[in-house]
Amino acid sequence: MRRIADLALGVRLSVGGGRSGWTRLALIAVGVGLGVAMLLIAASVPTVLDARDARADARSVAFEQELTPGEPTVLTQEVRSMFRDDPVVGLQLQPEDDDAPLPPGVTQQLAPGEVVVSPALAELLASDDGAALQGRWGDQVVGTIGDEGLAGPEELRFYLGTDQLTTNSVTVDRVQSFGGAETPDEGLDAILLLLVLVGMVVLLLPVAIFISTAVRFGSEHRDRRLAAVRLVGADVAMTRRIAAGETLAGAVGGLAVGTLLFLSIGRVAGYAVPAELSFYPADLRPVPVLAALTVVLVPVTTVLVTLSALKQVLVEPLGVVRRSSEHHRRFWWRLLVPVAGLALLTPLIGGFDESLGSQAMVVAGLILVLAGMALILPWLIQATVHRLHGGGVAWDLAVRRLQLDSGTAVRAVSGIAVSVAGLIALQGLVGAIGVVTAESQADTTTFQASVLDIDPDADSAATWAHELSRAEGVAGVGTLSSVWVQAAPGTGRSSGDETAGDEIGVDAGTCEVLAQEARLDSCDDGDVFVVAPDGATAPEAGSTYLLDTGREEQTRWTLPASAQVVEPAQGGLGAMGGMPARILVTPGALDGIDVRPESVIAYVSLDPAVPDALEHLRTAAAQVDPAAYANPIEQERVASVLGGVRQVLLVGTVALLVLIGASMLVNVIEQLRERRQLLAVLVAFGTRRQTLGGSVLFQVAIPVVLGLALAVLTGSVLALALQAAVEAPLTFDWQGVGLTSGAAALVVLLTTTGSLPLLWRLTRPGNLRSE
Amino acid sequence: MPTEPLLTAEDLHLSFGPTTALESASVEVHAGEVLALMGPSGSGKSTLLHCLAGILTPDSGRVTYAGRDLTALHDNERSALRRSEFGFVFQFGQLVPELTCVENVALPLRLGGASRRAALRSAEAWLERLEVSDVAGKRPGQASGGQGQRVAVARALVTRPKVVFADEPTGALDSLNGERVMQLFVAAARDTGAAVVLVTHEPRVAAYSDHEAVVRDGRVRAREYVR
Amino acid sequence: MLGLLEGGPRHGYDLKRSYDERFGQDRPLAYGQVYSTLARLLKNGLVEVESEPGAGPERKKYAITDAGVSDVTGWLDRPEKPEPYLQSTLYTKVVLALLTGHDANDVLDTQRSAHLRLMRDLTRRKNDGDLADQLICDHALFHLEADLRWLELTAARLQQLAAQVRA
Repeated sequence: MRRIADLALGVRLSVGGGRSGWTRLALIAVGVGLGVAMLLIAASVPTVLDARDARADARSVAFEQELTPGEPTVLTQEVRSMFRDDPVVGLQLQPEDDDAPLPPGVTQQLAPGEVVVSPALAELLASDDGAALQGRWGDQVVGTIGDEGLAGPEELRFYLGTDQLTTNSVTVDRVQSFGGAETPDEGLDAILLLLVLVGMVVLLLPVAIFISTAVRFGSEHRDRRLAAVRLVGADVAMTRRIAAGETLAGAVGGLAVGTLLFLSIGRVAGYAVPAELSFYPADLRPVPVLAALTVVLVPVTTVLVTLSALKQVLVEPLGVVRRSSEHHRRFWWRLLVPVAGLALLTPLIGGFDESLGSQAMVVAGLILVLAGMALILPWLIQATVHRLHGGGVAWDLAVRRLQLDSGTAVRAVSGIAVSVAGLIALQGLVGAIGVVTAESQADTTTFQASVLDIDPDADSAATWAHELSRAEGVAGVGTLSSVWVQAAPGTGRSSGDETAGDEIGVDAGTCEVLAQEARLDSCDDGDVFVVAPDGATAPEAGSTYLLDTGREEQTRWTLPASAQVVEPAQGGLGAMGGMPARILVTPGALDGIDVRPESVIAYVSLDPAVPDALEHLRTAAAQVDPAAYANPIEQERVASVLGGVRQVLLVGTVALLVLIGASMLVNVIEQLRERRQLLAVLVAFGTRRQTLGGSVLFQVAIPVVLGLALAVLTGSVLALALQAAVEAPLTFDWQGVGLTSGAAALVVLLTTTGSLPLLWRLTRPGNLRSE
Repeated sequence: MPTEPLLTAEDLHLSFGPTTALESASVEVHAGEVLALMGPSGSGKSTLLHCLAGILTPDSGRVTYAGRDLTALHDNERSALRRSEFGFVFQFGQLVPELTCVENVALPLRLGGASRRAALRSAEAWLERLEVSDVAGKRPGQASGGQGQRVAVARALVTRPKVVFADEPTGALDSLNGERVMQLFVAAARDTGAAVVLVTHEPRVAAYSDHEAVVRDGRVRAREYVR
Repeated sequence: MLGLLEGGPRHGYDLKRSYDERFGQDRPLAYGQVYSTLARLLKNGLVEVESEPGAGPERKKYAITDAGVSDVTGWLDRPEKPEPYLQSTLYTKVVLALLTGHDANDVLDTQRSAHLRLMRDLTRRKNDGDLADQLICDHALFHLEADLRWLELTAARLQQLAAQVRA
C-alpha cells in the first residue's frame, strides 16, 4: 500500500509541478509516444503483409488446376505492364460459360474489350498525367475492382475481357475458381527480406534509445524536487518509487499519445508508401501479442531507465549529488560486442538465404554491431575530449563541459549514430543491389526499349514493326526473331556437347538489332555470327541445321565458314556466363528462308523529345497484344522497388533525426536554464554572446561529429558485409553517407539555433539578480 | 573632492514592471577608492551596482565612466568595456564549474584576446597572490567556499581593471573566511589602483571601505567622506 | 593572571611580559599590579611560591595550585553576564527622535557613519597588528556591528510603525 501511495505521490508531483512539471510530462509523453507509435507500426507490419497476401492469394490463378467436368470455366492470361516505375498487373479473362467464375472484387462477366480497373488505375486513367495510358486496354471501362480484390488501395490492377485466348499458349490457364495458387511470395526474395530485416533493426534500435532518452527529459529538475521530498522525510527507496511514479505518468501519457499518433498515421500511411506496398488503413492493426508487449514493456522500460539513471545521482535532503559519472571507461569489453556481431555476420558472406537461421543471424549480428557501436561511442567521446586542447574560449568551454559530463551528450548522439550507421549500411546494400539488377549496362544508343512477344505468329515480326512504328514517340523499330534449331542428323558437332544436345538458338535480325546481342566490329547484310559466352562451345562452321518454316516442312541451313565468333553484348544475358552459344544471322544470310519464330523481340528507338514515349509504346504494344511485355532496355525494375524502400528509410531516418534533434534541444535548454546565473555572470564579465553561442554549438557538434564518424565507419563496414552477403559488388555509398551526414549536421545547426533565443533571453541584463 | 570622479551615476530611474528599483539614485566613485553600497535587502543596491557596471541600462539618468556615457553605448561596446576596464565578484555561483580554477581566472584575459599561455601564466601569479595556488588545477567544485571566492577575486583583478564591482563577496562565507577574502581583496585592489564598488549589508565588511553610501528605497541617502 | 600560570610556574617578571604580549598596548600592566595580584592570589591559596634560594621577588617562581586550576576552569566556563542595554544612550536617542518627530533614519545614518569610522580604524589596526590586536579589535568590531544592526532593525520597525500610524 505504501508503495502504491509513493507511486501516486510521484504521479501527483509530476502533474502538480506547475508549468515546468507539465512541460516535462509533455516532453516525456511526446517522446515516448513517438517511440510507441513506431513500435505499433512495426507490430502491425505482419498484419498488413498477411492481409495483402490473403487478398493476393484469393485472386491468384492456379497453374494447371484440376477441373471438374461440367463446372463453368474461364480462360485467363496474366498481363504485366508498367506505368513509369509502377507495375500495372492484370488478367485477361475469357469466360467459357455464362456463369464462369469471377475474380474477387469483380461483379460482372466481361465482354471482349470491356475492362474493370482498380480505383487507383481509374484515377490515373482519368488524369492528364495518365494520358499515355489511355486506351492501353481499350476504352470500355465498365467498372472498378472492389477492395477485396486488391492488395492495397494504391494498387494498379485491371481485368480485361477478351476472346483471343487459346490454351495453346503456355501462358493461358483454364480455371474453375480463383485462388489457391502455390505462388511463391512475390517480392520478398532473399535480398528484399534482408532489406526488411535490416530496416527494422535500423529503425527500431534508435527508437529504443530515443525512448530511454525521453524519460530523462528534465530529470535535473525532477532530482531537485526529489531532494525537497527527502528533506521532509522520504527515504531513498521512497524517492525511487516517487520517481518511478512520475516516469510512469509520462509513459502512460506516452502510450496514449503513441496510440493517437498510430491511429492518425494509419489513416495516411497506406497511401504514402510506394503503390506496391500500399495497404488499407483497416489492415494496419498491431499483432495483439506485439501490441500487448509494447503496452507492457514501454512503461516497464521507462521505469527501469529512470531507476538506473537515479543510481547515478545521490538524492540527499539538501540537494543532488552527481556520482562521478566520469569513471574511466574501459575499451576492450566494449569492443567485444561489435566484434561478436561481425563474427555472426561473417558466415553469411556469399551465403545469405531465406532460412530462419540466416535471418536470426543477420538480425542478431546487426543488433550486436549497432549496439556495440552505441557502447563504444561513450568511450570514444570521453577519450577524445580528454585529448582535446587549445582553441578559442568557446571551444574550451565546450570541451571542458564535455570532459566533465559527456554522458548526456552521448545518450542523445548514440541515437543519431545508430540510425546513421544503419542507414549507411542499408543504403550501401540498396545501392549495391541496384547495381546488380540494373547491371544491364546494355547499349541504349540505338534502341531504348523492347517489346517481347513469346507467342508470335509467322508474320508477328512484320506486324510489330508496322504497328509500333506508328506509336507516338517511336523513332524506329527493329525486330529480332528467335528460334531453336536441331542439328541435321549426321552432320555438325565434332564433339558431343553433353547437355545442350544438338539444339542451338538462332536469332535473326538486321545488323542494328544484332548489335544489341553481341559486340560486332563490322556487320553487313548476309553476315553470320556465332556468340560464344565464356565456357560455351562454339558450333563449327559447316554444321547443318533444320529450320522450321511453320509450313509443316523443314529447311536445311548450313553455318557458313564466314561466320565470325564474337563476344556477347555487355549487359545482356549472354554476358553473365554459363549460357550456351547462339547463332546470329542477318536476313541476307537466310537465303530467303521464312523462319517461323518462337519469340520475337521488337527493339524500339524512342524519341527523347516526346514525354512518356515509353508509355505510348507500351500502350501501342498492348493494343496489338496485351500479353506482350514492353520494357526499357535498361533494367530498372528491382532498383525502383529498392528506391521505394530507400525512400521509406530516408523518411524514417529524417523523422528519427528530428526526434533526436528535439531531444538534444531539450537537453541544451535544460542545461542553459540550470546555468542561468553563471551565464549572467559571464555576460557581466563582458563575454560576447557569440562566444556563448559558439560554445553551445561546439558542445552539440563535437559529440555529433564523433558519433557520425563512428557511424560512417560502422555503417560502411556493415554495408560491405551485407553487400558481400548478397554477392553484390562492393561499393561505398558516398551519396548516402553525404546525405545522412548532412542531415545530421543540419540537426546540430537547428538544435543550436533553436537554443539561441533562450540563450539570448537568459543573458539579457537583469538575470543576474538571484531569484 | 580633489579629482574628477571616475564613475558617476546621475539621477537614475529604473523599474522592473510595477516595482521601482531605482528612483533618482546618484553616486560617485573616485579612482582607487573603496566605496561600500549599503542598505536593507531590496533597497536597490545591487541594481545600482549593475547600472554602474553597464550590465543594466536605467530607464532614465546617466552613468558616466571616464567621460563616456555608458547608457548611450551599444551593448557590444559595453561588453568590451566590462571585459577590459571592469572586474566582478559575486556572492556565489560565478565560477564556470567545468573549468579548473586557474582557467577560470584566465578566462577574462582570454575573452580579451590574450593567448592561452600568457593568460594562464598571469592567472597563476594571481592565484599565488591570493594564496590559493593549491587549488589552481582543481575544479571550483573541489575547492572550499573561501578558496572559491579568492579565485573569483583573482579573476576580477586579473585584467587589472579600473573598477571592481563586488556584490556581497563574502555573503556565503563564515566570518573568518570572509575576513581573509576581504583583506586580500582590498589589499590587492589598492595595489593595482582599482576602485572597488562593494555591495554589502554587513558593517564589518563595509569597514574595509573608504566611504559608504546608503541606498534606501531606490535612492542614495548618504555618502560620507572621511579622508 | 591565573590563566597565564596554567602553562607552568613562572617568575613575576615573565608574567608581566607575557601579559603585555597577549593583551597589548591598550592595558599595559605595571609591575606593582602584577605583584599585588599575585599576593592576593597567594592569600586565597590559588597560587603557591616555589622559592629559589637567595632570590628577591623578581626571582620568586609562582605556580598555580589545584584550587587555582579549578578556579580558572570555572572562570572560563562561566558566561559573562549579557548586557542587554549596552547602548542605552543610543536607545534613548532613537526613541526621542521618534517622539520629537525626527526621522529615525537620520539618526541611524549619522550613527552608522560614526560607527563605521571607528570600525575602519579598528579594521586597519587589526590588519596591521598581531593576534592579540586582532582578538581585541574583533571584539570591538562585533559589538559595534551589533549596535548598528540593532539600529537598522529599530529604524525599520519604527518606519513600519509610522506607516501603520499614518494608515
